[in-house]
Amino acid sequence: MAEIVIKNIRKQFGDFVAVKESSFTIEDGEFFMLLGPSGCGKTTTLRMIAGLELPTSGEIYLDGEEISQRPPSARDIAFVFQMFALYPHMNVRKNISYPLVSQGMPKTQVQAKVAEVARILGIEDILDRPVGGLSGGDRQRVALGRAIVREPKAFMMDEPLGALDAEFRERMAEELRALHDRMGATTVYVTHDQLEAMQMGDKIVVMNNAVVEQFGTPREIYDKPATMFVADFIGSPSMNFLDFEGKLAKGAKEVELSGVPLGMPALREGAEGKLSFGVRPEHLQLSDKAKFRGEIIAAEYLGTTQIVTLATASGQVKARVGSDQKAVVGETVGLDVNAKTVTVFDRASGRALSSELNEGVVGNG
Amino acid sequence: MSSFSVTDTSSRTKWIAGSLVIFYALVTMIPLIWIGVTGFKSPADAISYPPKVVFDPTLEGYVNLFTTRTRQTQEFLENNPPQNWADEIVRQYDMVIVGPSKFGERFLNSVIIGFGSTFLSVFLGTLAAYAFSRFKIPLADDLLFFILSTRMMPPIAVAIPIFLMYRNLGLSDTHLGMILLYTAVNISLAVWLLKGFIDEIPREYEEAALIDGYTRFQAFYKVVLPQAATGIASTAIFCLIFAWNEYAFAVLLTSATAQTAPPFIPTIIGIGGLDWPAVAAGATLFLLPVMIFTILLRKHLLRGITFGAVRK
Repeated sequence: MAEIVIKNIRKQFGDFVAVKESSFTIEDGEFFMLLGPSGCGKTTTLRMIAGLELPTSGEIYLDGEEISQRPPSARDIAFVFQMFALYPHMNVRKNISYPLVSQGMPKTQVQAKVAEVARILGIEDILDRPVGGLSGGDRQRVALGRAIVREPKAFMMDEPLGALDAEFRERMAEELRALHDRMGATTVYVTHDQLEAMQMGDKIVVMNNAVVEQFGTPREIYDKPATMFVADFIGSPSMNFLDFEGKLAKGAKEVELSGVPLGMPALREGAEGKLSFGVRPEHLQLSDKAKFRGEIIAAEYLGTTQIVTLATASGQVKARVGSDQKAVVGETVGLDVNAKTVTVFDRASGRALSSELNEGVVGNG
Repeated sequence: MSSFSVTDTSSRTKWIAGSLVIFYALVTMIPLIWIGVTGFKSPADAISYPPKVVFDPTLEGYVNLFTTRTRQTQEFLENNPPQNWADEIVRQYDMVIVGPSKFGERFLNSVIIGFGSTFLSVFLGTLAAYAFSRFKIPLADDLLFFILSTRMMPPIAVAIPIFLMYRNLGLSDTHLGMILLYTAVNISLAVWLLKGFIDEIPREYEEAALIDGYTRFQAFYKVVLPQAATGIASTAIFCLIFAWNEYAFAVLLTSATAQTAPPFIPTIIGIGGLDWPAVAAGATLFLLPVMIFTILLRKHLLRGITFGAVRK
């Protein structure tokens, strides 16, 4: 298995820049997520690693070897497509054995390998069926079989669960993760679903508009977002942004919003101008004593928790509170902010200000 | 009355639809049946009025089609008994068979030129369509329009320049010349039809093959070609029908060595009077190859006609 290092990679289609100078490292055996909205360049990045697109500039190292200009066949990387791309004129067995046949492997060995892969994936009973009549999940398994049969250095997966219905997706996600853990293969997985990314990934790269916004573990990305985009894109409902204008000194531990002082982690840098106070819904709690107040305009019941929408003097916010708490629409209540979790953003650049909380995380994206 | 349904038709609807289809089939088939039947009539029966539906079938038309004959004196006929059944048929007009006609040769020319140009059109068309479909080609849209523009006038409009060009190049009355000419006419159709079909084949299939360790060309012929079989088959039928039936250029550019069947069949009529049964026999035989070819590829053609309308 292998480590993949991406260095200043760039891809341009004519005048259109699909990926701007991006760098990150995928460690050996990692389940690595490329996350972002559609058109952000994540699939292009994946295709460049696989060799389906050649980068305009930059380098890709696979196990220390520079491979960015090699054809896909010379990279030893497997690819699972969103629509599976099973060869429709071949049956399951032929589909799975196809990559081995191209290597000129002897027939008996191919048979043994295919049998083993079929056993791992639990598809022994459908080996001689045509791929046309298979269910989505079985197609997915066959596509995976075709990928793992030749034991490549790394797997690329382009939204492999996107074509499955919701019920099946959950199960396949578990199967995929279990398969990865058993084989320990470096896997790069593209998705636009932040839940999927958080659930399955060891590490996540968040991309937007052709640039890498942040790169880190799911926990880092959730708790310490480096940009407003990441803060907004990850989490449902997303982070609350309370806009304000003012000047914050280095070391400041408080900010005044509509006349109410709110705590935050000590800043490691000063800032001035249009800023935003970011706090996740679960870090806002209803409290009668709190000075920061808002009127409840909606409450969505979600079982163990409920999402309460409030109108405050600084804008609308959503709070995730326990279902046992009373939330009556029209009432004005106080809101407690968990100061340790707050991130302040510079609205002009969208960048998070460096603070006690996110030191060492912000700025390495 | 049961409620109306698009998919569940009542037996009465089926019966009406069935009769309409059969009626239409009969209307379109009558000329074909008439030609087929006329081939087995005697010259007198062929032109009798009112037309004879019941008649004594004879192979006279076919014998006349394949042979050249000459009139002989009674003395010669008495001294030389008929050599075979065909000879016997022509004896009733005091004639003897002196050799084969040119029909076999002309028919073979049609086969060589028709299938040769079809193969070449489809071969070049597939490669060009693949390139247009998959690669970034500068001015691709203009090139495609340019290719199509060769169809915007009747080909015969350029007959005289082509005639002069072919004479200078030594391509007049050659198989190669006719194959190139029909290929040139058909290739625009082939490129456009096939591009539509190849556009429909998801790129991921080839990309999967590239990842699996194949070269682009291997991916093309192992993955794309089997997928494009339907399109290739229907394109081949259209190309063959044009090349097989083409008359004007064949008359103009061929005479002895490379003459195809269409300009030859009408000339049969001049040999020994109005020989309609022989013409009908020639037309019947001429129809067969395209008919067989179409029936063999029928399954593909049905889907091909809907072009990209329905996704598999």
